Amino acid sequence: MNKNETIVALATPQGIGAIGVIRLSGPESIAIVSLVFSKNLTQEASHTAHFGRIKNGDRIVDEVLVTLFKDGKSYTGEEVVEISCHGSHYILQDVIRLLTEKGAVLAKPGEFTLRAFLNGKLDLSQAEAVADLIASNSEAAHKVAMHQMRGGFSDQIKKLRADLIHFASLVELELDFSEEDVEFANRDDLKDLIFKIHKVISALVESFKSGNVIKNGVPVVIAGKPNAGKSTLLNALLNEEKALVTEIEGTTRDAIEDESVIGGIVFRFIDTAGIRETEDVVESLGVKKTLEKMKEAAIVCYLFDAARIDLKELDLIIASLKEDVQKSSSELLVVANKSDLLEKDKRAIIEEKYEPIFLSAKEKRNLEILENRLLELVNLGKVGEQDVIVTNSRHHQALTGANEALMRAYEGLDSGLTGDLLAADIRQSLFHLGEITGEVTTEDLLDNIFSKFCIGK
Amino acid sequence: MLPEYDVIVVGGGHAGAEAAAAAANLESSVLLISMDLGRIAQMSCNPAMGGIAKGQIVREIDALGGYSGIVSDKSAIQFRMLNRSKGPAMWSPRTQNDRVLFSLEWRKILESIQNIDFWQDTATSLIVKDGKATGVKTGLGVEIKSKSVILTSGTFLNGKIHIGDKNFGGGRVGESAVYGLTENLKEYGFSSGRMKTGTPPRVDGRSLDYSKMIEQQGDKKPGKFSYLPGNEITKQRSCFITYTNSTVHDLLKEGFDKSPMFNGSIQSVGPRYCPSIEDKINRFAERDRHQLFVEPEGWDTVEIYVNGFSTSLPEDVQFKAMKQIKGFENVRVFRPGYAIEYDYFPPLQLKNTLETKPIEDLYFAGQINGTTGYEEAACQGLVAGINASLKIKEEAPFVLSRDEAYIGVLIDDLITKGTEEPYRMFTSRAEYRILLRQDNADIRLTEMSNKIGLASDERLKRVELKLKGKDVGVKYLSKNSAEPDRFNTLLENKNSSALKQKSRLNTLLARPQLDIRDIAEIEKPFVEELEFVRDLKDEVLDQIEITVKYQGYIEKEKSLADRLTKLDHIKIDSDIDYHKFSSLSMEARLKLTEAKPTNLGQASRISGVSPSDLSVLLVYLTK
Repeated sequence: MNKNETIVALATPQGIGAIGVIRLSGPESIAIVSLVFSKNLTQEASHTAHFGRIKNGDRIVDEVLVTLFKDGKSYTGEEVVEISCHGSHYILQDVIRLLTEKGAVLAKPGEFTLRAFLNGKLDLSQAEAVADLIASNSEAAHKVAMHQMRGGFSDQIKKLRADLIHFASLVELELDFSEEDVEFANRDDLKDLIFKIHKVISALVESFKSGNVIKNGVPVVIAGKPNAGKSTLLNALLNEEKALVTEIEGTTRDAIEDESVIGGIVFRFIDTAGIRETEDVVESLGVKKTLEKMKEAAIVCYLFDAARIDLKELDLIIASLKEDVQKSSSELLVVANKSDLLEKDKRAIIEEKYEPIFLSAKEKRNLEILENRLLELVNLGKVGEQDVIVTNSRHHQALTGANEALMRAYEGLDSGLTGDLLAADIRQSLFHLGEITGEVTTEDLLDNIFSKFCIGK
Repeated sequence: MLPEYDVIVVGGGHAGAEAAAAAANLESSVLLISMDLGRIAQMSCNPAMGGIAKGQIVREIDALGGYSGIVSDKSAIQFRMLNRSKGPAMWSPRTQNDRVLFSLEWRKILESIQNIDFWQDTATSLIVKDGKATGVKTGLGVEIKSKSVILTSGTFLNGKIHIGDKNFGGGRVGESAVYGLTENLKEYGFSSGRMKTGTPPRVDGRSLDYSKMIEQQGDKKPGKFSYLPGNEITKQRSCFITYTNSTVHDLLKEGFDKSPMFNGSIQSVGPRYCPSIEDKINRFAERDRHQLFVEPEGWDTVEIYVNGFSTSLPEDVQFKAMKQIKGFENVRVFRPGYAIEYDYFPPLQLKNTLETKPIEDLYFAGQINGTTGYEEAACQGLVAGINASLKIKEEAPFVLSRDEAYIGVLIDDLITKGTEEPYRMFTSRAEYRILLRQDNADIRLTEMSNKIGLASDERLKRVELKLKGKDVGVKYLSKNSAEPDRFNTLLENKNSSALKQKSRLNTLLARPQLDIRDIAEIEKPFVEELEFVRDLKDEVLDQIEITVKYQGYIEKEKSLADRLTKLDHIKIDSDIDYHKFSSLSMEARLKLTEAKPTNLGQASRISGVSPSDLSVLLVYLTK
């Protein structure tokens, strides 16, 4: 931890309400915020609040309230700024990304508390709680992070990194063993490899910037007859995750959308309630009208009331839905609500035919099965934008760092950069990639050298 | 009979010699015990000093006020700056040395230091009182008292030599091993291990046909190791390069069943980067030749060291195979190669001062710690000698960090990671390679050493002058411009694009095609401004060039290093009980308990200690 760095993170839990608070701590906090805020705050007094706009160039990101705490007079004991934004996941991520571009560094789990502790603002028992938190967080964070990189991209990064390690070894080899009769790194091959990795990383970095998933979430349409329990399910999902981010009353849309973060992925649930009923059996369920929505949906969740089930009707509806999802190449999840009221023999029939998820929205029973299924669909790359991979700011930062170092190496190969500096750039790049996939040490390089090359006079 | 000493140094090799000299120069009374005082600082293996990463270490030893650099300069028969084309962080000085002269020069230096007494004997056990080393008992039955003891036993502890299926006790060929000391130390709670190393045959230069080999000359303008003036290298001898071939390999293979490496009689681990020729043939079967360096052992001898042919195969197999090497058809042999096994003490048992954890006032340096190489040994001896002395004077310990010196990297690696094979320095072991250069070891280290009273004022003055020259030069280049008409001819000759308008000289120098001497050639006022450092002209020009060309990389590594050293400043109590911290991973608890790091930086480098473990530790440590 470097206390000269200014750290930034979301201070409120992911999407708990209409407001999200972003906190910065460190010597440059006020200066960094001033760079993106509509007025200069550096001369303002401690414990003052300022209303204004966060801007990215000319684009207004959000209207916010900024509160200043000068050195020594804050929770962490350092200069602190708190920005109260509107609670949209996208806005919050966007503001944080903007701040990191201006020099703030993403806080590690528990780092605010840790700083508070180091500055004598916490007592020991609180600190011990922090220690436990760090230990459990970091492990979970790594797992989640790896999980978030879907579509085989994490494997690809791993493989490219392994290739880069091999080349790094060759470069190190020609530095440390230049006197010996060994093969050296082929500069053209190295350039090809660097370019290949650069392309992959650039795509990932881009995906973060323009990623629809992070902007809008994975669209999920919840369909079903009135009283099937759609709203109950939606509320249960949101409450379960304490993840209601925003409630945008669509002026041009018919539906209400709600965002929820499940396992680090944003889902945008499209509620089809309030759609007019017609004579048509299927359309009366609001399904036909929902088709438009379904085109942009990645997942269609069909919910039925298991207590009042008409097998014939269900058959018809699901067959029709299956056709529809195939057309819109989305995924269908069949959900049996109030499944605790389902008769045993009916359950067996339904189970065999539709393999639905049995749950009770009201009792909040088996909700996690639905959530896991949703996450699975995303992580397997079955839904969502195929090219959007990076949804995690920390990954974005690591990938950007890796790419910068790679580009220096690439240009260096053209301009005749000496081996020691080339190695420094490659090491830096490996270090950043290692932040995503795990650590690399110089030992790894040496092991690689010794296992592959004949060294020694 | 003998008085009580401040420091007893056991062993007169590269580590022992530096240890004795450093302790004595820091005003300790020193007794140097060696079983053969005629073989001080013997080059038991390769008659050469320095090389890649090792050359940087010799420069560091010199900058600190040690003698390995000066002795190497005085006894050099060839100087080469390796890796010239690979950037300043890789430039690595190396000398080929006269083996006899090297030892003689070292002995002269030691004899010239008033505070050193000599005693030819073998230390067989340690005298320990209240957990502190207070002297040694010797093979002659003498008890000698001291305030501290530095053990530099090299390959002598239970040393066992192998040639083919023959083996016998010995510390070096023709010299007896030392028995009892390992066992004695184990009684105090030390654990010991076994390592293996080897050496190639020595042959008669008169029997070789050099016309069939490739000559390798020394540098046209030879440099040297020491930052002090004098001892310039004026004449040189050449080395030669030749290769093995598949016939040689086939003949060697015939002896594999009698090889102690392959028939199980050697179990211990040898260095992967310095394998025996049989190991190379075995592991890299696809290669039909291996490079050999034919190196003279001195000015006035025909003895030749066959670098690259380290072997412990039966001597008749060695001879038969060697005769098939190009240029070796009529070879006559002085002595065969052999392998040696010896005891070492896993270095996790050491503090960063090289004092041992089980016994206070006892220090280990050199191969006893699992390292290999004269340079690695010498720098440990220097650090042990300094710290033994400082402790007696009740002064703060002298510890170099990973961003200050290769010596810091080496000791930190040893005490935090330990080693299971003979440890040799590589530049790739250093995180901050761009900072740890051979051209700036004096800038990095001399002032530090001068403060504790080791590096002379003369050394410090030269460093200050060098820095001043650098500053003046860098400033000049940033203030003055190059005009197209004066510089475009040069640029054309160097294949660099022509200037269209005036450009700052430092911008011009940043171009890869240009060096500082090109610019000095044209820019006469620049040379005049540097007139006040004319004695150090080349060094100053190098500093200016490196500062201008590599600024970005140097700054980046410095800021990385600054982050790291913050962790080094957070101390860990030696009696901390890691098992009490439930938030630490089980692996971290075990590893930390074993390695007993003294600060958080060390803890961070122990494998198995994760970043989250560190954060947890940080919380406890700063409470």
